[in-house]
Amino acid sequence: MSTRLATGGRLIDRATTMEFTLNGKRLQGRAGDTLASALLANDQLMVGRSFKYHRPRGIVASGAEEPNALFNMGEGARFEPNQRATTTELFDGLTCRSQNHWPSLEFDVGAINSRLARFLPAGFYYKMFIHPRPFWKHVYEPFIRQSAGLGQAPKDRDADSYEHFHAFTDVLVIGGGVAGLQAARAAGAAGATVLLIEQTAHWGGRAPVDGGTVDGQPVDKFVDETLAALREMPNVTLRNRLMGAGVYDHGYVLGYERVNDHQPGAPGPRHRLWRIRAGQVITATGAIERPLSFAGNDIPGVMLASAIRDYAVDYGVSVGDRTVVVTNNDDAYRTAITLKTLGLEVPVILDARATGGGALADEARSLGIRVEAGKGIAKVRGGRRVTGVAICSQAGEGAVLEEIACDAVAMSGGWSPVVHLWSHCGGKLLWDEAHAMFRPDVDKAPTGANGEAFVIAAGAANGALHLRDTLADAQAAGHAAAARLGHEVKESAPPLGEAAPEVRLQPIWMMPQGAKTVLRMKSWLDFQNDVKVSDVQLAAREGFESVEHAKRYTTLGMATDQGKLSNINGLAILSDALNQPIPQTGTTTFRPPYTPISMAAIAGEARGETFQPIRKTVLHEWHEANGAYFEPVGAWRRPYTFRKGDETIEEAVAREITRTRESLGLLDASTLGKIIVKGPDAGRFLDMLYTNMMSTLKPGRCRYGLMCSENGFLIDDGVVARLDDETFLCHTTTGGAESIHGHMEDWLQCEWWDWQVYTANVTEQYAQIAVVGPKARALLQKLTGDDISAEALSFMGWKDITLDGVPVRAYRISFSGELSYEIAIPASYGRAIWDKLLSEGAAFNATPYGTEALHVMRAEKGLIMIGDETDGTVIPQDLNMEWAISKKKEDYLGKRAQARSHMADPERWKLVGLETLDGAVLPDGAYAVAQGRNANGQRKVQGRVTSSYHSPTLGRGIAMGLVHKGPERMGEVLEFPRVDGTVMKAKIVDQVFYDKDGEKQNV
Amino acid sequence: MKRYSAFAIAREALRNHTGWERAWASPEPRKKYQAIIIGAGGHGLATAYYLGKNHGIRDVAILEKGWLGGGNTGRNTTIIRSNYLQDPSAAIYEKARSLYETISQDLNYNVMFSPRGVMMLAQTQHEVRGYERTAHANALQGVTTEFISPARVKELVPIINLDGPRYPVLGALWQARAGTARHDAVAWGYARACSDMGMHVIQKCEVTGIRQEGGRVTGVDTTRGAIDCDKLGIVVAGHSGDVARMAGFRLPIESVPLQALVSEPIKPCMDVVVMANTVHGYMSQSDKGEMVIGGGTDGHNNYTQRGSFHHIEETVRALIETFPMVSRLKMLRQWGGIVDVTGDRSPILSKTPVENIYINCGWGTGGFKAIPGSGWGFAELMAKDHAPLCEAFGLERFREGRFIDESVAAGVAH
Amino acid sequence: MLILTCPCCGVTAEETEFHAGGEAHLKRFGPGSSEDEFHDYLFARENPKGVHFERWRHANGCGKWFLAARDTVTLEVYGTYPAQTHEPPQDIKDRISARHPGWTWREFA
Repeated sequence: MSTRLATGGRLIDRATTMEFTLNGKRLQGRAGDTLASALLANDQLMVGRSFKYHRPRGIVASGAEEPNALFNMGEGARFEPNQRATTTELFDGLTCRSQNHWPSLEFDVGAINSRLARFLPAGFYYKMFIHPRPFWKHVYEPFIRQSAGLGQAPKDRDADSYEHFHAFTDVLVIGGGVAGLQAARAAGAAGATVLLIEQTAHWGGRAPVDGGTVDGQPVDKFVDETLAALREMPNVTLRNRLMGAGVYDHGYVLGYERVNDHQPGAPGPRHRLWRIRAGQVITATGAIERPLSFAGNDIPGVMLASAIRDYAVDYGVSVGDRTVVVTNNDDAYRTAITLKTLGLEVPVILDARATGGGALADEARSLGIRVEAGKGIAKVRGGRRVTGVAICSQAGEGAVLEEIACDAVAMSGGWSPVVHLWSHCGGKLLWDEAHAMFRPDVDKAPTGANGEAFVIAAGAANGALHLRDTLADAQAAGHAAAARLGHEVKESAPPLGEAAPEVRLQPIWMMPQGAKTVLRMKSWLDFQNDVKVSDVQLAAREGFESVEHAKRYTTLGMATDQGKLSNINGLAILSDALNQPIPQTGTTTFRPPYTPISMAAIAGEARGETFQPIRKTVLHEWHEANGAYFEPVGAWRRPYTFRKGDETIEEAVAREITRTRESLGLLDASTLGKIIVKGPDAGRFLDMLYTNMMSTLKPGRCRYGLMCSENGFLIDDGVVARLDDETFLCHTTTGGAESIHGHMEDWLQCEWWDWQVYTANVTEQYAQIAVVGPKARALLQKLTGDDISAEALSFMGWKDITLDGVPVRAYRISFSGELSYEIAIPASYGRAIWDKLLSEGAAFNATPYGTEALHVMRAEKGLIMIGDETDGTVIPQDLNMEWAISKKKEDYLGKRAQARSHMADPERWKLVGLETLDGAVLPDGAYAVAQGRNANGQRKVQGRVTSSYHSPTLGRGIAMGLVHKGPERMGEVLEFPRVDGTVMKAKIVDQVFYDKDGEKQNV
Repeated sequence: MKRYSAFAIAREALRNHTGWERAWASPEPRKKYQAIIIGAGGHGLATAYYLGKNHGIRDVAILEKGWLGGGNTGRNTTIIRSNYLQDPSAAIYEKARSLYETISQDLNYNVMFSPRGVMMLAQTQHEVRGYERTAHANALQGVTTEFISPARVKELVPIINLDGPRYPVLGALWQARAGTARHDAVAWGYARACSDMGMHVIQKCEVTGIRQEGGRVTGVDTTRGAIDCDKLGIVVAGHSGDVARMAGFRLPIESVPLQALVSEPIKPCMDVVVMANTVHGYMSQSDKGEMVIGGGTDGHNNYTQRGSFHHIEETVRALIETFPMVSRLKMLRQWGGIVDVTGDRSPILSKTPVENIYINCGWGTGGFKAIPGSGWGFAELMAKDHAPLCEAFGLERFREGRFIDESVAAGVAH
Repeated sequence: MLILTCPCCGVTAEETEFHAGGEAHLKRFGPGSSEDEFHDYLFARENPKGVHFERWRHANGCGKWFLAARDTVTLEVYGTYPAQTHEPPQDIKDRISARHPGWTWREFA
């Protein structure tokens, strides 16, 4: 059984006990434990169920590569699924539940899948569930969905906070093992600013566990001294619990800091996403041990040899009393030696190499451990935990030579450098035949903005596995990074790492070499996704020869560990099946993140109110306090209507319209875009921008203008006022302010750069209030001594006046058909004037109105609205607005486009008014049908509704629409089917429904 | 071809699955084919399949530079819907969607089409009007959609937040028979069926040149030698500009990255596909349990199949606002594809300036859902020089100013 | 995530400060131009796998448009330069030629 040893554990504090629960069961660990080590200390070998077959799963690894030990962790608003036990630091009060089983971990109904495994090979679902057709959605798929999925879905809103952090550094070193430390020191000593980040809470990586000496001292001593030296260097920053998650273009690196995962609820953010810009990136990310593929290698108790060593040395935990070691390399002997030294039993080391191991093997033998060369495991015995192994010759087909009882198996298939971060941004790999591993191809590094390499792999991540090589390589990497950035490097000898010499490993991709089908069907490659040797072989046999095909067909490497343990073994099996060398098969693409990172960290602080801050006019607070029902318009919120008492929205809109038409309405029009266009060439410029002639506009006057894209379509409209000879003020739609300003700048800077024109977007410099209705002039006259009579300020004129002591500009323009003034007020006076207009306007029943009343009133007048009558496919000619298109101008944006055959086509749909026969309101967006169907069987149409409202003024529905040759068909009745199939009839009429002669506004 | 079935699985299980044959053959290229398709993605393979099935043209090679289905077919977020506004779009996407309904049976390959329903949220008044218009258009196009209330949205998607601080959910355009399918399987199923018809699916065969005589195509040069053909279809999303250049013409296309990501798998929590176009994010849950998430494209031309991370940030932020529970999930993997975006963001299925060269490209961010319809129409175009489904998608529309603009109905077109 | 230097204000900044604006050095064709000229101006794009001349705006900075020569495969930036020009400056052309021997300006046109 697995248990805590009486002594040892370099990372734990035996004096501090921590309580935690698994599936409600109370357990104890020690400070410094990971959840995994604490579980093992409690003999919790089995930790979950696999994805597909629901097989019992135990902890396999001790780090980020762990595929099995995933838990539902926490409760309520701090609940999170799929938390990896090996990278979770234990804290007091931790609660976790195992995943993917029902009703319990020990008795799981889904485990029936394991019995059926024979019928569920790779890709079985592509070949099954084809008939009967409805069954996929209603029967098969729900079952598959329910049995997949691992952890539970969170339900509550996240209680924690998260943040982003920008960092800039010359050299970023990712990985705080001995290589990272040495690389940081070398780069720092050369004068570069260095940021060294480490994903765990500890420095030194696994070297202290593996042993050896540096400059004659034990490794941990070297780690301590190097750390101390780095901390003394002002140009070096060290951060742990900070993982390099992804390397992106131009030296951008994403760091994922788990600030408070080990102390939930502590002040500060839970996670911090680092957006790092580095001149050079050193990936000192170490290496990951590979499993071996033998039958039963997925039974709880079978673990990576290095992991068993880690648990013993780091946490004082023994995984088993009797551990069989099986290996193809020398390194795994260290596990046997460690266990034996701790007084545990190692019945045998099975070394698959016929020639056996080197110095470490001798050491093991000298400790009295039995070592068998050329042997392997035919089969692991056991169900929910290991009970023994059957030994066979590696060279054979699996005939059992001997049965050995044991409760743990330490396996090692060699080491793979962690090349993820090297590869994310295009770094290439080469196959190192001697070590049977992919390592970075230093000649094909990721390149940055200047086209030069910006990533250097160092230490084990670069394939330098032996301590001596690791340190030398790291020093060289640190120096190279500094030198690339122009720092002067003083060459010096790297620290001398000494460890037992190792003889060459022998690639063992299948154990035994000739394993029969029954064994291969039990030899796991991907423990979480249940992919076995036989599955990859089946994929190859069926033609899924590309490594990407095999991956996708079998799901190899697609689990939450993204194949950290399985990929190399899987592609070796695939290569073997295809009878081609491994490099020809290649790897699948490494994609960020290195290990999964929280969505919350990716989002950062910008959530809730700060997700997309709401833009507010100076009157926004008043609106909020006075019953505004808002609608989002661009970044703004505009009042749709102001509800009073129990009014419905419709009633409120009707009231606002009626009061405005009868007496007086007030509208916050501040969101309208206001752009100053100034300069000697301003008129010429606006002539190009608008379809109208703007250069002839007189100072003091306004003109309504249309703007088209170069592609001919109407993009914006608004009133242009000429302020003086060289200055125009262009009003745009609310949504168009920024884009139209950008549009202007684009043409000015990139096409007509020799024209003398200056633009400024002054939208927020002014509050703009529309004073609308028969009493508009009367109200303003109460507040100004200036002459605003019909003669002094006529329709489409503007004038600077003083209103209640405030200098404002009054534009006499109307979007409602009423006598109307838009008052532009310096923003800081906006609220004061609004309040004044309301209080003085009380005598006229002044009524604030919202966007819906605005829309209805303009529709009653047959005025178009950008976004309603236009949708990006409409040209001014469609809206019968030829009057706004200057015939005199040789050119304006969109003119050439509008000459193309389809745009000049007389068959286009054109704007008309639509009036239902019974006064009802046409549905917005309804289409008018024509006879017959088109070649694709669709009902032919001849028009559509662009705007439709109930007009309280007229007491019936009014609408505008685009209709095939509409203006030529006045009086014709069209049929508009509703979505439910019933049909409404409407007559084509003039688009102006109210006050056709404009008597109301010309007073 | 041995048929796939539960019975076949059982039979093979008894002999340890040793009897399965190759899903598709791996032939050596012949000297000449009646028709060559460049690009063995979903669209190319579907084109070949319908050339054979509908038009009796089986002397066909599909040439693939890498591995079949390895482009955008294998990189998308697998959404299938046809609730488009404009008639030509609705026609081709609905043709595709309706073919998806029976494609598993047609191909004898389970592509796991799951009509779980797709919902497009309306979060501004403008979107409400846009989707109401789309619903009206769809009713006349034979596409079954409806505009549903916020309450119905919540019923279908319990994890949604209707009252986000920024954009309330005001309703949604709902297409109940839209859904998802297993993207790789679509390519594999078509490839298997093409191979079964005697067509040659030739992988690792890159086209390096296009040969023509007198303005008419005669064949292609490839990394595996020259191959003659009478007709040539170019179906190479992400590389259309490059291949068109070989044939001597330019396209109204820019290639930009589109990114996507998946969360770690969790137990089922969302049955439908939700698209939130105002905030630029969409999400569905795969059968494996991963939340599959996509957003908008990058703004600049880029052939790296990598995008810029801030787009991922924006998408995730948008989804956390829409589905607060996403906050406590983890991103498992992010990736990118190269999408070809045309001048009006609608695809091109067209004859070209070179006689007997046809091009199918420009699907932008929405190609996967169109695969069967696109193949159906494009095969007809290649066979007969004319196809109703392709009629409106000709290259000449950019000269005439006759665009098919789907952005009209608000939001992004995915 | 690109880094670009605005040639107008001299700031080197993250891509998020900028707004991409498509292919550069397009010649505008207005009324009187042929169908082909106008079509190519509006729609035909080089869209190269390789050196791309493109427009950017320092949207969240000085607001100025500028041009960049960038490789769409390696994402190397050969240089940025003001928008008020009809072709890239010689030093940028030289840098491109050094990376792509035989390359010439407007090779795609």
